[in-house]
Amino acid sequence: MSGFKNAEHLFRVAFVFVAGVAAFVLLRAVLVPRSFGQYGHYRGNAITEIAAQPVKFAGHQACETCHSDVVAVKGQGKHAGVNCEACHGPLANHAEDPGTIQPPKLNTLVLCVRCHEENGARPKGFPQIVAKEHNAGELPCETCHQPHSPVIGSGAKS
Amino acid sequence: MKMSRRQVLILLPAAAAAWDAVLAGTPEAAPNYALTKHWWGMLVDISKCIGCGNCVRACATENDVPDGYFRTWVERYHVSDYDLVNPKVDSPDGGKEGFPPALEVGGKNFFVPKMCNHCADSPCTQVCPVGATFITPDGAVLVDKKYCIGCRYCIQACPYGCRFLNPKTQTAEKCTLCYHRITKGMTTACCEACPTGARQLADLKDPKDPIHAFLRTHTVQVLKPYMATGAKLFYNDLDGSVR
Amino acid sequence: MPVQGYMYPDEIELAWSVLIVLYPFITGLVAGAFILASLERVFRVEAVKPTYRLALLTALAFLLVAPLPLQLHLGHPERSFEMYLTPHRSSAMAMFGFVYLWYLMAVLVLEIWLDYRRDIVLLAQSSKGLKQLLYRVLTLGSTNISEAALRVDDRAGYVITVVGIPSAFLLHGYVGFIFGSIKANPWWSSPTMPVVFLFSAMVSGIAVVLLLYMFSSWYRKQTIDMRCVDTVARYLFYTFLIDFGLEMLDLVHRIYEADESFRSLDFMVHTRLYLSQVVLQIYIGTLAPIGLLALTQLFKLGEKARKRIYAIAGGLTLLGIFAMRWNVVIGGQLFSKSFLGYTTYKVGFVAREGLLTAIFLTFLPFAILWVLVKVLPPWLDSESLSRDGAIAAQGDD
Repeated sequence: MSGFKNAEHLFRVAFVFVAGVAAFVLLRAVLVPRSFGQYGHYRGNAITEIAAQPVKFAGHQACETCHSDVVAVKGQGKHAGVNCEACHGPLANHAEDPGTIQPPKLNTLVLCVRCHEENGARPKGFPQIVAKEHNAGELPCETCHQPHSPVIGSGAKS
Repeated sequence: MKMSRRQVLILLPAAAAAWDAVLAGTPEAAPNYALTKHWWGMLVDISKCIGCGNCVRACATENDVPDGYFRTWVERYHVSDYDLVNPKVDSPDGGKEGFPPALEVGGKNFFVPKMCNHCADSPCTQVCPVGATFITPDGAVLVDKKYCIGCRYCIQACPYGCRFLNPKTQTAEKCTLCYHRITKGMTTACCEACPTGARQLADLKDPKDPIHAFLRTHTVQVLKPYMATGAKLFYNDLDGSVR
Repeated sequence: MPVQGYMYPDEIELAWSVLIVLYPFITGLVAGAFILASLERVFRVEAVKPTYRLALLTALAFLLVAPLPLQLHLGHPERSFEMYLTPHRSSAMAMFGFVYLWYLMAVLVLEIWLDYRRDIVLLAQSSKGLKQLLYRVLTLGSTNISEAALRVDDRAGYVITVVGIPSAFLLHGYVGFIFGSIKANPWWSSPTMPVVFLFSAMVSGIAVVLLLYMFSSWYRKQTIDMRCVDTVARYLFYTFLIDFGLEMLDLVHRIYEADESFRSLDFMVHTRLYLSQVVLQIYIGTLAPIGLLALTQLFKLGEKARKRIYAIAGGLTLLGIFAMRWNVVIGGQLFSKSFLGYTTYKVGFVAREGLLTAIFLTFLPFAILWVLVKVLPPWLDSESLSRDGAIAAQGDD
């Protein structure tokens, strides 16, 4: 048929296109991650991968299982709501292996002023001091204050 | 980059193995955790925030956040008595080392912690071209860093400015609501470290969660409500001047 | 000081660089050049025929370069094929892979192939060595260049061009939508964004083909078809008026409504963005070329004067449209979403997303065009015959 003969080259092009689309469909079937679409338009396994990230802060419940004496003292004082790692830093590794890994010693001169140095934007009524006037900025805070129950005379021992 | 045939022969199977790892993932679920039983959010109480920066430091430690980038940060507002609309705001290094004494006197001054709002209708997940960022069935907006192509569209789409591109992984990154902690029954690193309880994790699906009582008894807002993002970061005592 | 006022800490560093400025500029040129080509093919504006093949090759050269700035920008370019595997249907950006591929293969390459088929078959017979192999492959094995077959080609090409016009709109319009649909950014969020992008694309595309045609004629020591360039310039003028009108509409609307973002954006335009927006884009890049072209429309000027004006106007236009892309992309990231501050764009020179890369990518399409012109000559010389030359020479096939 002369009609076909004159349009034959178009069929060649169409063939190239169809071959391309077929190759794409095949590749796609192989390459799309298996858990994709499990919960939505994303890799379902990503949820478990993200949840598997290692923990660095143990959480205060972990500390309380061993250090119940400190908890008792802290629970009566002004720092009752302050979690252990808020001051002591991340200690999941210590909670895992208390014998080998010791928490670092804290420097109260740096630590306490982070919260208690006078700053106009802190809420009214929050206890603040001006370090230079309060302890000349050099007398360690624990000289007079027991950090777990910081009010002087609240009768706590470390 | 010129590669010898040997290098290509070594790289190709390595690449195939790596891609296979992406395809397969790590299939074990966190035990005893049911995705459909939770709907996570957070409560921030402005009246309690003292701007100590504990949260910023704890988050950076817990999640290996690179220097100069922030998954959470604290802003300090100074609202003068005569101009509610133009507050003076600063956030030195995101508030990581706390705040130096303010230069302005008078007016209204307070701290505002910020982080990802884990929006129920998040504009960031809407624009991701490949499905690398998403909201989990339990309400946390996360980034799949094995799938992210680093186009930064989500960073542009977030109205709250809480996303950044991690220079090491070259993928988008932001607060994950410490998903690896909350799925194990712990609270987030920032909430754990906050000394005043200004930040509290909330499970909106848990009838026993104190947030329900709190929402009933306090005046609570979200940031940029007109954006209709369905933000789940609720602020108590949020001033009208907060941007 | 890099930051003025307050920026959210993660906003200080710009996420989208000069390469993201370059991408819409390049696809704009593609869309615009194609629309110009379609003027002759579909709308039968005979006067612009001398630019037809050149416009198609220009579009192809720029289209081939278009994905490069994107790949160089991605954090993980090796994962970019994920857009083909799992395109997120709610994301305008996910459309890119498919719209690009469709436009490249089903529109541009196909149309060029159909228009050049006779030449390709003839060249496959007359050339030697590697070149002959290339042309043989391009024939796809078919050597039928009879009058009837060429009429089939003509018909098919017409259909493809008709399909190609909305495809070109889509290729560049979706880029406008990528910006226009971001509610978080008031500098971008606007329903007029895709339309403004499209009209400025047409302006830049017409200008680049005009310049290339004039340059190639001068280079080949051929006389410029004045009827052709006069017509092209007229289309440039009217398209530019529409483009300028749309941008002014956006501006007036912003000033009038003066919403929450207005003060911050207004300050930005008057300070950090003044040079690129007011001076480069508006004065030098829009008002000057419009004024120059208006001169040629209002007054009867001599051929030499018109040629000079067209060349200058064309060059200024390209500068202005590039500045427009810059102002949209970079401008949209210079201000804080808190509306309380501004940052600076620090562009490196020799860096993956640096100025040198941008300059290289700007000139690369012209190098590719040079090669394409050698392989598929657009002109009626001894080496080739245009489509009508073939049909007119009804002959002995």
